[in-house]
Amino acid sequence: MALESVTSLSPSVGKSPWFWRRRGLTPYLFFLPFGLLFLLFFIAPILYAIYESLFRSQRSGLGLGAPTINFNGLSNYLQVIHDPDFFAGVGRVLLFGIVQVPIMLGLALLLALLLDSTVVRFKPFFRLAFFVPYAIPGIIAALLWGYLYDPGLSPIVKGVSALGLGTPDFLGVQTVLWSIANIVTWAWTGYNMLIIFAALQAIPTELYESARIDGASGWRIAWRIKIPLVTPALILTCIFSIIGTLQLFNEPQVLSTISNNIPTSYTPNFYAYYTAFGNNNYYYGAAIAVVLALVTFVLSFGFLRITQRQAGV
Amino acid sequence: MSQRTASVPILTAQELVIARQRPRRFNLESIGAMTLLVLFTFYFLVPYFWLIVSSTKNAGDLFGTFGFWFAPNFNLFSNLQQLFTYQDGIFARWLLNTLLYAGVGAVVGTWLSSMAGYALAKYVFRGRNLLFSLVLGAILVPTTALALPLYLLFSGVGLTNTYWAVLLPSFVSPFGVYLSRIYAAAGVPDELLEAARVDGANEFRTYTIALHLMIPALVTIFLFQFVAIWNNYFLPLVMLSDEKLFPVTVGLATWNVTTAGTSKFLYGLIITGALISTIPLLAGCVVLQRFWRGGLGAGSVKG
Repeated sequence: MALESVTSLSPSVGKSPWFWRRRGLTPYLFFLPFGLLFLLFFIAPILYAIYESLFRSQRSGLGLGAPTINFNGLSNYLQVIHDPDFFAGVGRVLLFGIVQVPIMLGLALLLALLLDSTVVRFKPFFRLAFFVPYAIPGIIAALLWGYLYDPGLSPIVKGVSALGLGTPDFLGVQTVLWSIANIVTWAWTGYNMLIIFAALQAIPTELYESARIDGASGWRIAWRIKIPLVTPALILTCIFSIIGTLQLFNEPQVLSTISNNIPTSYTPNFYAYYTAFGNNNYYYGAAIAVVLALVTFVLSFGFLRITQRQAGV
Repeated sequence: MSQRTASVPILTAQELVIARQRPRRFNLESIGAMTLLVLFTFYFLVPYFWLIVSSTKNAGDLFGTFGFWFAPNFNLFSNLQQLFTYQDGIFARWLLNTLLYAGVGAVVGTWLSSMAGYALAKYVFRGRNLLFSLVLGAILVPTTALALPLYLLFSGVGLTNTYWAVLLPSFVSPFGVYLSRIYAAAGVPDELLEAARVDGANEFRTYTIALHLMIPALVTIFLFQFVAIWNNYFLPLVMLSDEKLFPVTVGLATWNVTTAGTSKFLYGLIITGALISTIPLLAGCVVLQRFWRGGLGAGSVKG
């Protein structure tokens, strides 16, 4: 088939536009459409945000006249670094990540190993069932769980209290963070499981067939052979989870409509959004967004570096 | 490394065959594993089951009857009718908007990614390593962090609150470039490209030949982009203020904010709307399951 298409090309010789004939220029031409948009919608906003974050909008006197926009140097950043609301938010998502990411990835690994093992039947069904939440948009998942937490609507709350076990409060000061963790775990475990499962399937069976013949148990094979070989996939899922955790927005935003325990600075991303659009302070919002992106990049890149050195992958 | 990547789909098939040939054993281990899987199936499916059940209830039954089972009155069709007529049928428009954003965004994004990835994989040129490092670094920059600065940039040129505000940023997929580079490096032999050139094909024709071999990668990139845009909430929320331009995610969330203040009537609409909005992707996942696995594998082996 490849040969056919190659020979059919011959008549077009000589008609090629000049820029498709100069080999030196070609790779740049191929990269150009993506590169141009990448520059405009990826690099430029980052630079623009950094630029904006150096200014400040000030109203004089009674605040009736048009605000003046002053160059502010790095003082927006100084303010971010000393902003207790921002730090509380970062601390909150870090605590969230330290607890939720290991649980979610451990669960995803366990389910992937089970689906890869020989002792399980109906594998396609389970695989699909675990993947269902991924096909549900994150904001819809948050709405859905919000209803399952809402005391007025929730069959869980009603069921538990009907059994005489008290009324669970999913939206309380102490509990709401873990209610969010549950939504995230529900939504993303199946996706992570699929990435790990795909890596498991790529392991040549000869690698552990002999261990099996030698009488090694399924768990031993999993621990000694399979898990080390899927470490790159685990690292990948972990990095995506770190990024996702630091950007938490959908769930707190949706739950804040039914809970009084989610202030507008609950997560850093939520804080940046409200600073910019709720308080119309774009400049300070931009500074928060830049710091958050920097923290995210440093953490995910640092994690990548450390794990690469340790695992040699 | 790249060789392993190339062989992912083949090994997957082999694995499946071997798995089928193995004798099925029933013992304590098997029972334990199955119990665990069934338990988690409940965890993952019960909320969705609640959504299905609730979409068949009227406003009274939604609050008055047990949530995990159907009410005596079956109201799905009247809910649907209300959903698609409320506010002059704006929900249908939201669905079409989402389809437009995800469809056009994913097609263009995949095409741009395929060209950029092909260039990075198959040519040696000055600045190649720098460009690839930039693309890799961009994968680690969360798109939500970009939304706010993008809004500021777009409002400067009057692009906010237009279809373009959501479409243009979704054309850029660094992860797509990364995937297509891996596939092109592993799946497109240099000999084939040389043969095409010897036969007089220009560089663009040579690329279109390579594209045939990259089809599995293209499907994967397309699906990734499509789902990412379909599920996106933050970017359109930031960019759009005209309800007529909303995708379904922003639309339903807006209704949700309204219910917090006033009408219980909207609960039913949101629940039915949420159910409808999940159907296209679920159907797509079931149909395209095979493509998903091969593609995800290629991304993860490389780490």
